[in-house]
Amino acid sequence: MNVAIVKYNAGNICSVVYALKRMGIEPVVTADAELLQKADKVIFPGVGEAHTTMRHLKQQGLDRVICRLRQPVLGICLGMQLMCRFSDEGQVDCLHIFDVDVKRFAPCRQEDKVPHIGWNTLEEVKLGLFDSRQTGQSVYFVHSYYVPVNTCTAATTDYIHPFSAALQRDNFYAVQFHPEKSGTVGEAILKNFLNL
Amino acid sequence: MLAKRIIPCLDVKDAMTVKGVNFVNFRDAGDAVELGARYSREGADELVYLDITASHEGRKTFTELVTKVAARLNIPFTVGGGINELSDVDRLLGAGADKVSVNSAALRNPRLIEEIATHYGTQVCVVAVDARYENNRWMCYLNGGRLPAGRELLPWVTEAEDRGAGEILFTSMTHDGVKQGYANEALAALASRLHISVIASGGAGTKEHFRDAFLYGKADAALAASVFHFGEIHIGQLKTYLADQDIPVRQEGQEV
Repeated sequence: MNVAIVKYNAGNICSVVYALKRMGIEPVVTADAELLQKADKVIFPGVGEAHTTMRHLKQQGLDRVICRLRQPVLGICLGMQLMCRFSDEGQVDCLHIFDVDVKRFAPCRQEDKVPHIGWNTLEEVKLGLFDSRQTGQSVYFVHSYYVPVNTCTAATTDYIHPFSAALQRDNFYAVQFHPEKSGTVGEAILKNFLNL
Repeated sequence: MLAKRIIPCLDVKDAMTVKGVNFVNFRDAGDAVELGARYSREGADELVYLDITASHEGRKTFTELVTKVAARLNIPFTVGGGINELSDVDRLLGAGADKVSVNSAALRNPRLIEEIATHYGTQVCVVAVDARYENNRWMCYLNGGRLPAGRELLPWVTEAEDRGAGEILFTSMTHDGVKQGYANEALAALASRLHISVIASGGAGTKEHFRDAFLYGKADAALAASVFHFGEIHIGQLKTYLADQDIPVRQEGQEV
């Protein structure tokens, strides 16, 4: 299978590469529009800051390339947030694949720490990217901004309040957590994506 | 529900794992990559790799180790030891580490925290603090506990949070190696002051000590080394115990 990872100025792209290699897949990491369009699956990872990253994507013309992809695309963490309409992080217009805005967590109680770091459970999972095994299972999150529950929500997680752990619309899939760092549960979700 | 994390710490010297008892004597505890993989299978939520010889020897070996760990493990890991400037952070994140832990360098140059947070995000920046209880105060130490920093714990970690720390890793030198439990009162004080996660470190000897760090210390995660390295506590069994004690932990995907 031909899997392409979008290459841009985001941190930790290598973690996704390693995760795929562990599954026997040799991905291509590229910013080349043609290579991205030709791939069977595209992964759009991301660790970083929304404003700087969006600016970089636009400079490279990657914003338009990503929006026009037709094969299954998986956004991870910041990748998912950039696929939304607008982000509070840096007050920036994003790719508008999902018609929802990214908000910052507002702690309600002293024990509500931000960033939300650690293993939290998946609820209300929708089949496709997920299978029934994943309901109630834990995946690894690291983030200060979140996508509210909306019509595209494909799984929820509760931290301070329920938020979108995953999104899906047409060929676009996105997860707030890091499947590449979520043990065997994360591997199963990546496998589901590759089997779409 | 957000789980409380169990984090084995691997002090690394020449790609081997060692753990100091009160920071002085070292005992060999096996290969760092293999040990990390074993802990991951047993249910560790995260790992911390500390380069304890960083300031004295070359760092190339450690960076190579980080690459091997990143290729092998499917859980997050933090690296620390000898991180003095942004280029060190860049090198270690580039090798595949998820987070970096800064200690002495942050006390000497607090702006390093801001630089890391600005370049890589607050979630990448773990500020580690070694402190000892003396004369009714918690005082911070530099260089792996060898040198007094002349700063009190609470004001320092508050400043670290303000500057962009994503987590605080607090090691009580008073409790470390003694195996009588974590510094729960100090931990609770940190938890009530800070708005970021606190990782408890130093003092784990029994399963009950972990429960107490979560229950009374209000810690978000608990770190330990020798109890895991020498097989005194099995991580899977520890998590079963904690779950029985109504502490939320991640249990799936483990080797029994």
